[in-house]
Amino acid sequence: MGNYIRKYFILRKHNLQVAWKKAKRSKMCYLFLLPYALLFTLFFVAPVVISIFYGFTYYNILEKPRFIGLQNYISLILDDDIFLIGLKNTLMIAVITGPLGYIMSFLFAWLINELPRWVRSVAVVVFYAPSIAGNCYVIFSVFFRGDAYGYVNAFLMNIGIIDTPVLWFINPDYMLPICMLVILWMSLGTGFLSFVAGLQGVDRSQFEAGYMDGVKNRWQELWYITLPNMRPMLMFGAVMSITQAFGVCDVTMALCGYPSTDYAARTIVTHLFDYGFTRFEMGYACAIATILFLMMILCNKAIQSLLRRVGT
Amino acid sequence: MSKKSKKKQENLEPVYRKKLIKRRKPNRSIIGDLFLYLFLLMVAVVMAFPLIYAVSSALKPLDELFKFPPKILAQNPTFDNFSDLFVTMGKSWVTFSRYLFNTVFITFVGTFGHLLVASMGAFVLAKYDFPGNQTFFKLVTVAMMFTGYVTQIPNYLILNKLGWIDTYWSIIIPAFASPMGLFLMKQFMEGLPTSLIEAAKIDGASEWRVFSGIVMPNVKPAWMTLIIFSVQGLWNNKAATFIYSEQKKTLVYAMQQIQSGGIARTGQGAAVLVVLMIVPIAIFIFSESQILETMASSGLKD
Repeated sequence: MGNYIRKYFILRKHNLQVAWKKAKRSKMCYLFLLPYALLFTLFFVAPVVISIFYGFTYYNILEKPRFIGLQNYISLILDDDIFLIGLKNTLMIAVITGPLGYIMSFLFAWLINELPRWVRSVAVVVFYAPSIAGNCYVIFSVFFRGDAYGYVNAFLMNIGIIDTPVLWFINPDYMLPICMLVILWMSLGTGFLSFVAGLQGVDRSQFEAGYMDGVKNRWQELWYITLPNMRPMLMFGAVMSITQAFGVCDVTMALCGYPSTDYAARTIVTHLFDYGFTRFEMGYACAIATILFLMMILCNKAIQSLLRRVGT
Repeated sequence: MSKKSKKKQENLEPVYRKKLIKRRKPNRSIIGDLFLYLFLLMVAVVMAFPLIYAVSSALKPLDELFKFPPKILAQNPTFDNFSDLFVTMGKSWVTFSRYLFNTVFITFVGTFGHLLVASMGAFVLAKYDFPGNQTFFKLVTVAMMFTGYVTQIPNYLILNKLGWIDTYWSIIIPAFASPMGLFLMKQFMEGLPTSLIEAAKIDGASEWRVFSGIVMPNVKPAWMTLIIFSVQGLWNNKAATFIYSEQKKTLVYAMQQIQSGGIARTGQGAAVLVVLMIVPIAIFIFSESQILETMASSGLKD
């Protein structure tokens, strides 16, 4: 036994020495990576560490952070009703728009793939445009204006479904569904592009082989040939969808106001902003950020292990 | 090859060739195709409608904006709303052109730096084997799994320590390190033949020479991809959390100010929206095929 442990350490040491020698020889590589690595560490790695650390403290920027253990997390879950609303809303938005947006991205990419070349490029622009059109979603506030001159209200009143205008962004019953609609409108993003590109790259001869082997219709083709080939893109698209679905805040803030009526459109991120940039309770905000971070990473890992099974 | 299979192939060949000429795949029915095209057309109209509406509102003169029921397309399109942006906001304390300049500056510098820094990192990650290579790339992939909002509060504290709060750098420098750009660039560079680099090395070219003279010119499609993602993020950056001074704020912020100006500013609000959306969309249209070429290597392998 002791022998084994000793051997293990000798091996470890040897490996380290080899690595060290290699590292010395590839100084140039580190030099090239240095600028990115430095900035990446400063703005992506360090913030996560900092936010986990400050999550356990009371910190308001002016005073020195004071260690308070799990108090932030306890008050978040037990005392903060608004956080729970935000959590519920975020989960609802994520559960509905995440998978739906993902499926839409793939479905449209797949359907577009059948089109002739020039139609396809136009279609890609049309479908992708909403997600890069920046703040264009605020135009929905015109469609869903709360008075009788809002187009949706006017239309619904004309055909007699409602007789008084609906306050779409003030009535809590309608806020979330409309926000979800807008989010879905914008959901054909990076993942969609990746799917379009991936579908074009699927080897044509596989379809011919499948045709010989008795693949009868487009759905069989999809399941047996296309999807297994697309697995890496599907993974990438999933990461994009999840990240977006949990990070919703711009749309709800722009359409429903900040804070929204009865906090009905509050999400975790808006709660984070509220405590971070309005109240400057950085410790509490960091605890919220940590929870969001864990949710996203766990969800991503879970979905990835699920996607590994596609087409097998 | 046995006689039987040869015969089978002969039977199939003409049919298959005919289908190739008609560019139809074997497993498609005409009715199914028609139905799908119709469906796609409908969805495309729904997707495009808000954008078209925004553009046409920006072109409408004042009397048409408040017509009811509204016309989707402007009857007498004018550019008054756009010139109004400069005229009415030209008199305000911070002029519209200043907001525009801020956004252009942030976008330009941020995108350029991101392209350079991320490409340098991606180059060695893709083409050299050194200790820590894999681990670092994994870390970058994990970073793509959470949004920037998670890091915003700590970033504020860090930028505060650096003294960059309320400067352009608070937006520009973090944008250099966007994980998405490095990821896409690295994936695309892996497709470059290693022999290309080795040949240059035998000729005695330094690493920097290989990078700037051989690798970068060969990955131009990936440039465009990095540019579009970076521009999209920076052009639409509200920048309100890290920047306080009015004269350093961006277009998105100006848009919100204009829109809170009420109904009289509807046309100008739409005009800003168009300015905001036209730039990323135009870049995308001009570089679509290059971007799709890059995205083909975007897959996440396990």
